[in-house]
Amino acid sequence: MDLTILWFILVAVLFAGFFFLEGFDYGVGILLPFLGKSDGERRAIINSIGPFWDGNEVWMLTAGGAMFAAFPHWYATLFSGFYLALFLILVALILRGVAFEFRSKDDRPAWRNFWDWMLFLGSLLPALLWGVAMANLIRGVPIDARMQYAGTFFDLLSPYTLLGGLTSLLLFTLQGALFLALKTGDELPQRARQAGLKIGTGAVAALLLLLIMSYWETDIFTRIVPGIAAWGALVALLLAWWSLSSRSYGGAFILNGLAILLGTAALFGGLFPRVMVSSLNPRWSLTIYQASSSPYTLKVMTIVALTLVPVVLLYQGWTYWVFRQRIKARNLEY
Amino acid sequence: MDALLLARWQFGITSVYHFLFVPLTLGLSVLVAIMETIYVRTGDETYKNMARFWGRLFLINFAMGVVTGIVQEFHFGMNWSEYSRFVGDIFGAPLAVEALAAFFLESTFLGLWLFGWDKLPKALHAACIWLVAFGTNLSAFWILVANSFMQEPVGYVLRNGRAEMTDFFALLTNPHVLYQFPHTVLAGFVTASFFVMGISAYHLLRQSQLEPFRRSFRLALITGVISSLLVAAVGHFQGQYLVNAQPMKMAAAEALWESADPAPLALVALVDEKDQTNTFEIKIPALASFLAYNSFQGEVKGLKDLQAAAEANYGPGNYIPPVTPVFWSFRLMVVAGLWLILLSFYSLYLWRRGRLEEKPLVLKALLWSIPVPYLANTAGWLMAEIGRYPWIVYGLQRVEAAVSPGVSAAAIFTTLVAFTLLYGVLAVADVYLLAKYARQGIETTPATRMLDNSGEVSLWI
Repeated sequence: MDLTILWFILVAVLFAGFFFLEGFDYGVGILLPFLGKSDGERRAIINSIGPFWDGNEVWMLTAGGAMFAAFPHWYATLFSGFYLALFLILVALILRGVAFEFRSKDDRPAWRNFWDWMLFLGSLLPALLWGVAMANLIRGVPIDARMQYAGTFFDLLSPYTLLGGLTSLLLFTLQGALFLALKTGDELPQRARQAGLKIGTGAVAALLLLLIMSYWETDIFTRIVPGIAAWGALVALLLAWWSLSSRSYGGAFILNGLAILLGTAALFGGLFPRVMVSSLNPRWSLTIYQASSSPYTLKVMTIVALTLVPVVLLYQGWTYWVFRQRIKARNLEY
Repeated sequence: MDALLLARWQFGITSVYHFLFVPLTLGLSVLVAIMETIYVRTGDETYKNMARFWGRLFLINFAMGVVTGIVQEFHFGMNWSEYSRFVGDIFGAPLAVEALAAFFLESTFLGLWLFGWDKLPKALHAACIWLVAFGTNLSAFWILVANSFMQEPVGYVLRNGRAEMTDFFALLTNPHVLYQFPHTVLAGFVTASFFVMGISAYHLLRQSQLEPFRRSFRLALITGVISSLLVAAVGHFQGQYLVNAQPMKMAAAEALWESADPAPLALVALVDEKDQTNTFEIKIPALASFLAYNSFQGEVKGLKDLQAAAEANYGPGNYIPPVTPVFWSFRLMVVAGLWLILLSFYSLYLWRRGRLEEKPLVLKALLWSIPVPYLANTAGWLMAEIGRYPWIVYGLQRVEAAVSPGVSAAAIFTTLVAFTLLYGVLAVADVYLLAKYARQGIETTPATRMLDNSGEVSLWI
């Protein structure tokens, strides 16, 4: 296969893995102040993602690194163009990362409360902004003939892209609720279920509206496969909601995860073979062929990735196996 | 201020800040792994408690290193998009491999280590921290491969207006990284050794929890003596190498304006960059030649000759980096390094005679020397990076050609201020927690610690 296409698929897979895995731990962070009534409950909530969140975040770093290595122009245009959005994500991830480590290392309620809200904010912002960023990718942004972003931060905010952000926020939060229903004990699963049903209803509405608007705002439905994937995401989400309401948490988690994966597939499928859509002139859109690295670099990186990715999947999978039990108060480390 | 200057300040501030946390991570992960291995092999619970205690300090520090590292990966695209376009073909690869091979390893196995005390067999649990240690040091290798390409481009060809990779293996065996990697890793071991020695000295001073802190001290003393000596030795050979590979950087580090044979070494100098001269200096004859060539003869090129050669090579322009900061950061690094060698050897001498604990002054010196490796690390990077100026990629791309054209000075200024404030606040919180836990010391009965609001006992705050 053409290595350029392979790397486009790999970047898409890395983003899909990132949204699938970090989606639920963003969601857990967002739900933390609302579902955790006591300090003990809050610690249980945080510890439910304790062993996983950092490894999940590396999916994002790897996606960024792969983009840089395989499509330098994509990386350069996207990161310099979406400047303030990415800056906000960075600030959020900084606060979130240290919040995990700092939060329970001091007894004062004010200290713990502060870091709980930082964890909330640090999870909410990226969950929202990655959706905004992805919606902008497919909708198109002002890119000039020299591959440079020619707009401002506020050009990234339109009803459609904000709806994209809201959709990812709700999908991730639902995924977080489902994860908590699976991993916590006592009253928390029940509370997570209640929250999940409400959030799920909102997610269905947001995704439905997003799909309808996509007919006008994007060209995603001009091709069969991305179109099917997009509507498939909605079907999976509806099934997830139904599973949750019938108390099948595992099924709901997998189905909503499927919705996230299908949504990502629709997005990247709709982009292909472009990586950045220009709203100024279709000819100025960046394609995988213009943006890519040399064949030699792609070959080297292919060998590296095909060797390492299976190993990573194995040991990350093993982590989930080791920590498969529900959280009990005596295993708390955070 | 213009966007270029702001972008440089931002990269400088965030990189220096990031590298405050990295060296301790590199070294302390290995020390904790050694402690836990001793526990597994002997069954001595003291070593387990030590591993947990130092492991907790490791984690507080590690979190800061991780989150500030994410900023660095995003930076290249955000502020330096033209750089990313120019070298992405080469520079992106080690970054991607770093994430794939090292970040996954360290983050996943750190999670297993932290939460796996009761879930994993002892030996497997110890293996987890070894994998963390391996991952962090591996990540240092990959990012230094990337940095070394900026210092000394190898394995590339200029094609389509950018640098394209032709030989991946050449990148990995770049002579520059073969010096830089051991120097950096050893500096990490020095940092961790003095961190452990300093905090142990604090407890020895207070006569609290003597047994575990004596053992911690002994371990760190051994690694400290070895690593502080080796880091200087590697640094010396690195300097000899750079005299040929980056003569401009070394001439700036010596504030040597005129070529000389034999060349003197200025111990201190007042540098006048405008008139290209030193208004005052104390120098030792022929020492620069000796350090460069192991001989009291041999020409060391001066800045003016190198400038002329660079103009002939690359066209008109200023190719002399800011001399004052390079000169002084080099001296700061060397003096700090010498102090650490002296202190560790004197401590070893006292320790061998069993008299260290009778010398409160030495213990205090050890405690107050915890920041010294940090000064040396920072100074070393300032010398390496400022000394590369005006190039972002040595001989291939100048910094002004690398900055993002579409990002306004106002945007960079905003983020610069925000990062600086945020980093300042986090530094306070981080040092507060480190000091709190360092003072608290090693717990002997971890299961009796604290009660949650929920009334349940937890193992570890």
